[in-house]
Amino acid sequence: MVTVLARAGIWLAVLFLAVIGVALAADGGFAIHMGIVALAALIAVWFTISGADYSAIARGILKMPDQSRYDDDPVRWGVIATVFWGMAGFAAGLFIALQLTWPVLDFAPYLNFGRLRPLHTSAVIFAFGGNALIASSFYIVQRTCRARLAFPGLARFVFWGYQLFIVLAATGYLLGITQSKEYAEPEWYVDWWLTIVWVCYLLVFVGTIVKRSEPHIYVANWFYLAFILTIAMLHVVNNLDVPVSFVGSKSYPLFGGVQGALVQWWYGHNAVGFFLTAGFLAMMYYFVPKQAERPIYSYRLSIIHFWALIFLYIWAGPHHLHYTALPDWAQTLGMVFSIMLWMPSWGGMINGLMTLNGAWDKVRTDPIIRMMIMSVAFYGMSTFEGPMMSIKSVNSLSHYTNWTIGHVHSGALGWNGMITFGAIYYLTPRLWNRERLYSLRMVNWHFWLATIGIVFYAASMWVAGITQGLMWREYGPDGYLVNSFADTVAAIHPMYALRAFGGLLYLSGAVIMVVNVWQTIAGKLRSEAPMHDAAYDPEADRPILAPAE
Amino acid sequence: MANKRLDEATNTETVGHEWDGIEELNTPLPRWWLWSFYASIVFAIGYVIAYPALPGIHSATPGMLGWTSRGQLDKELKSAADERAKTVAALKDMPIEQLPQHPDLMRAAVAGGAAAFKVNCVQCHGAGAAGSNGFPNLNDDDWLWGGDLKTIQQTLIHGIRQPGDDETRMSQMPAFGRDGLLTPAQIQDTTSFVLSLSGKEKPSAASQRGKAVFEANCAVCHGPEGKGDRQFGAPNLSDAIWLFAGNRDAVSTQIGNPRHGVMPAWGTRLDPVTIKMLAAYVHSLGGGEEFAAAPAEAQPEAEATTAE
Repeated sequence: MVTVLARAGIWLAVLFLAVIGVALAADGGFAIHMGIVALAALIAVWFTISGADYSAIARGILKMPDQSRYDDDPVRWGVIATVFWGMAGFAAGLFIALQLTWPVLDFAPYLNFGRLRPLHTSAVIFAFGGNALIASSFYIVQRTCRARLAFPGLARFVFWGYQLFIVLAATGYLLGITQSKEYAEPEWYVDWWLTIVWVCYLLVFVGTIVKRSEPHIYVANWFYLAFILTIAMLHVVNNLDVPVSFVGSKSYPLFGGVQGALVQWWYGHNAVGFFLTAGFLAMMYYFVPKQAERPIYSYRLSIIHFWALIFLYIWAGPHHLHYTALPDWAQTLGMVFSIMLWMPSWGGMINGLMTLNGAWDKVRTDPIIRMMIMSVAFYGMSTFEGPMMSIKSVNSLSHYTNWTIGHVHSGALGWNGMITFGAIYYLTPRLWNRERLYSLRMVNWHFWLATIGIVFYAASMWVAGITQGLMWREYGPDGYLVNSFADTVAAIHPMYALRAFGGLLYLSGAVIMVVNVWQTIAGKLRSEAPMHDAAYDPEADRPILAPAE
Repeated sequence: MANKRLDEATNTETVGHEWDGIEELNTPLPRWWLWSFYASIVFAIGYVIAYPALPGIHSATPGMLGWTSRGQLDKELKSAADERAKTVAALKDMPIEQLPQHPDLMRAAVAGGAAAFKVNCVQCHGAGAAGSNGFPNLNDDDWLWGGDLKTIQQTLIHGIRQPGDDETRMSQMPAFGRDGLLTPAQIQDTTSFVLSLSGKEKPSAASQRGKAVFEANCAVCHGPEGKGDRQFGAPNLSDAIWLFAGNRDAVSTQIGNPRHGVMPAWGTRLDPVTIKMLAAYVHSLGGGEEFAAAPAEAQPEAEATTAE
């Protein structure tokens, strides 16, 4: 009873503060945001009070959930949230690609490109990717520790608190609330909220590792831990700022000028390094061997590349600021650390691909493993492309062009997207206790649509980027610039149209996934010629109970 | 926990751990991977020695090659300047009126002007210099202030309605509607007359009434037949070329509440040679007029529409 009261009390206090925030708000955006927080707190109060089992409390029994099963509710919600936000993010991406091609689609103020672009990037990175990471980490840490989640209440708070962060960020962009830092656009109060949620995430994750029944910590958990810890540090330092008012949405950053730029790209690059690389490598290290039913290729490689990766990645950020006001020495260090990062990144690719040794035939027969292997292949491509683009002479051509956009998307669509799709296809039948997916043939369709979509996307952006880079620097025989900026924009217009087409293919594949996941959860099986899938034994999928119980 | 076993498919020993059915092979690091990693570290060390790299308290190590990004920029700018030096020197000493007599220099000036135009002028006049609503098209032979080399140069140096420049092109059409100089009905009549000048509307009772208003209020600048006057930058109203648009809305708006475009005085921003080149480029676009015998502020009015 005391816990119920304490929890309801905390939510009531949040509700109270939010209502005060609405009443005193210095600007309309802040009032709307505090309204959303108040609504969320109200819902939390309602569920805390109505969800408690009062008869059990009255009888003095602490009703325990089934301890012989893993705690998978937050994982199930996370899979649904991943699919939902993924669709939102892909659709927003397609729309802004169309806006760039046909600017008549720019609807000011709420749906102009400037507001939808961070909506797209945050939806795919933090909403789609973040939910995939949180859900998969909760799933994997339980299985590889053979222990239920520590702090189950906190785990639920992490999931719902993270969704509130997403809603506040997304609505903020549309309302024009931004601190104008790429990939860190949400304002100070949303940052504070995410910090609280993230610390709880760390507690749940570390708590589960601490109560593990396995003697060793599996490599996927090293990567998850590196991801959670480093993102906490990056997020806090990059968002150090001074709010103009505690009841207003505007703040100013602590670091200015080139220091601000350096902190921003230290954050920005390591968001790629620790969110989109380390976190997703953790997914790869679990789902690839499970789906391929093969041992990890090399334990030694996993140790060396893990430590090399996390040591080197954190220094590579300055390569985003080549040929700027950043001092030359810092640019040099950013470049050489990026080059040294090439092999440590490829260590993950080797461990992923070579895990299929002895099971390569499954690439032909199993569409899920095919998806995962294509993902690892794209990971290898973009982690080669990245160090190459960090070389100053290459960067002087590629910087500020669409080549960067192509590079990011071969990583995001290819690596992050495909490994997440693979994980969703792996998780859905297991989490909802289904015999298999609704349709493996539809996975195959999704695979080809996504792959061809990425090829269109990346190829058109390479061509557009190199065209831009060459046109910008083109001098005529008289020693004068040949092209105006508008000429270069006109030249890449067809490439923009092709890029949007690639995005359309990728989105179509994801729509097929939605149908497939929906039907699987609904318990349906499509009658189709069977394809290979990894075996699953629900009886073995249990935690090891502590001897005392 | 050492349950090491030999994996049959690869003939490799496992490490002996197992998590949720996942084992790990004890495969050594691939040699090519390891040597590539070493090579990238060796390259990094070499690069750090060669280039500015390690920060100290006051400055960073300069590197063996003595390279700096500012130094590289200076070098590239200097080599580009050296390449152009001869042309620039020749242009500097040449009065713009004499430029057409030196075809080689003229060609070089046009090329340089095209480049400078792309950087400085396309934002308003468009990449093809075709202008847009409110920004003059520079490809045609309809000039507000005059289209010979010297006049274009003068416009470039001092701009149009540039505050603080005594020699800037200045004209101010009265706001006949806003300031109550004409009634709304009179403005509509005048609009009818103006549109009838270029045949966009048929003569009518309204345009007849407008003619009287025009003669009393507008002819002083635009001329009795609406052919414009370059002395005041007053546009020719009898041709098909419009600075804003040749429809009733745009014309009546311009009479009632006129808009006045501004062009910067480039003389304070660009060097004289670049301006000379820009003038040559704009002149070359198709509508350039030959140099008139009269001084720059001459009034070759009423000939604006005849191609020369």
